[in-house]
Amino acid sequence: MCLAIPGEIVEIMPDRPLAKVDVTGVRRAVNIGLLDGERLAPGDWVLIHVGFAMSKIDEAEAQATLTMLQGIGDAYDDEIDALRESRID
Amino acid sequence: MRFVDEYRDSEKARALAASIASLCEPGRHYKFMEVCGGHTHTIYKHGLEDYLPESISLVHGPGCPVCVIPMGRVDDAIHIASQPEVILTSFGDMMRVPGGRGSFFDAKAAGADIRMVYSPLDALKIAERNPSRRVVFMGIGFETTAPSTAMTVLRARAAGITNFSVFCNHVTILPAIKAILDSPDLRLDGFLGPGHVSTVIGCRPYSFITGDYGKPLVVAGFEPLDLLQAVHMLLTQLASGRSEVENQYGRVVPWEGNTKALEAIAKTMELRPYFEWRGLGFISHSALRLRDEYADFDAERIFDIPGGRVADPKACQCGEVLKGVLKPWECKVFGTACTPETPIGTCMVSSEGACAAYYNFGRFTRERVKEATR
Ligand code: SF4
Repeated sequence: MCLAIPGEIVEIMPDRPLAKVDVTGVRRAVNIGLLDGERLAPGDWVLIHVGFAMSKIDEAEAQATLTMLQGIGDAYDDEIDALRESRID
Repeated sequence: MRFVDEYRDSEKARALAASIASLCEPGRHYKFMEVCGGHTHTIYKHGLEDYLPESISLVHGPGCPVCVIPMGRVDDAIHIASQPEVILTSFGDMMRVPGGRGSFFDAKAAGADIRMVYSPLDALKIAERNPSRRVVFMGIGFETTAPSTAMTVLRARAAGITNFSVFCNHVTILPAIKAILDSPDLRLDGFLGPGHVSTVIGCRPYSFITGDYGKPLVVAGFEPLDLLQAVHMLLTQLASGRSEVENQYGRVVPWEGNTKALEAIAKTMELRPYFEWRGLGFISHSALRLRDEYADFDAERIFDIPGGRVADPKACQCGEVLKGVLKPWECKVFGTACTPETPIGTCMVSSEGACAAYYNFGRFTRERVKEATR
């Protein structure tokens, strides 16, 4: 829950502050209401905290963060498992 | 050097390590506190301390939100979970945290309806789907998760959902740093500022540390190179007699933070007069509760909460570890009575806790690094 995970935006949902993101193959909706001013678009990367995109990052940063997270093992796997169970819509 | 093999910028790391060594004043000892549990994790995982000169020690701070939840609040949450029709929802990290009468997992095994969720929005979803149940979300975390809870409360209000509430245990990092600066136990020379918390609060709020206390602070990223670079920046400041807030993690952390997130917190939450931190005791204005305007979403007002204070187990030295006075392995029960499987203290529960990080990685990395550098 303390981990920020990078996700790539695949779709901005109409009418709601939600976007579908891809986090290492897991696709879920996250809330993007806290990044209102950023004009997010598919292909952008964001750091996600517990279902909310909290900051926009570039792809190189996203990849570096993913590599680091994969290296920490259990805690990251738990976070992805939790995300998999998420049903935000 | 082990970690250098794993990193693309090996040259840079080597140069940094050498430059760090050259910045150290002969005969002076430096103590830097890394506030965030994520940093503690990186430090142990990569054996960073062993790459720094002996005159620099890194001290672990209180930045693990699961670690600082006092036992009494765990008991209170379990009490709420045992009320009629209640579904208690919580991040997975909380499930094994011991309270005075067991953990969430124990309560669940005994029949309470406690469910793990990824996001407070998932808790809200459960409330929508179960209109006859009362769904309570256990809100924990620093400024990284508080905005999510705040946004969820706003959403619940907008959607007219009335069977959802929050048991708010959100804490704020600055008062804890201040408490540590005021405590006589520890003399620190500077701080590695938390990366993700700063994406929300920005860099400005740290200025009391650099101004009033005269200690430099560098907001740092989570890779080994980030931390080395931040240490370098701290030493550079000290060498030139400066104490300023600097941002090493500018590629993620905007100087102003996330104003939308701060607005959401300010709209729905206010500071409590005081809050108990596990191991650190009561710290004034160090935690958030829901504002009166959102009382109908406040589990503390909806349910009758015992609110008892439960003393930490005698053997537990988490307070000393959270203040950076003791290293994990110096606790008497470390690795014997207290392990990640059977935690006595909270620092052993979360992977960000200093004890768990050292238990899982530190011990081995230390040995390997020692061998490699021999
Ligand atoms: S070893 Fe266990 S009891 Fe001792 S400080 Fe760490 S978590 Fe607390």
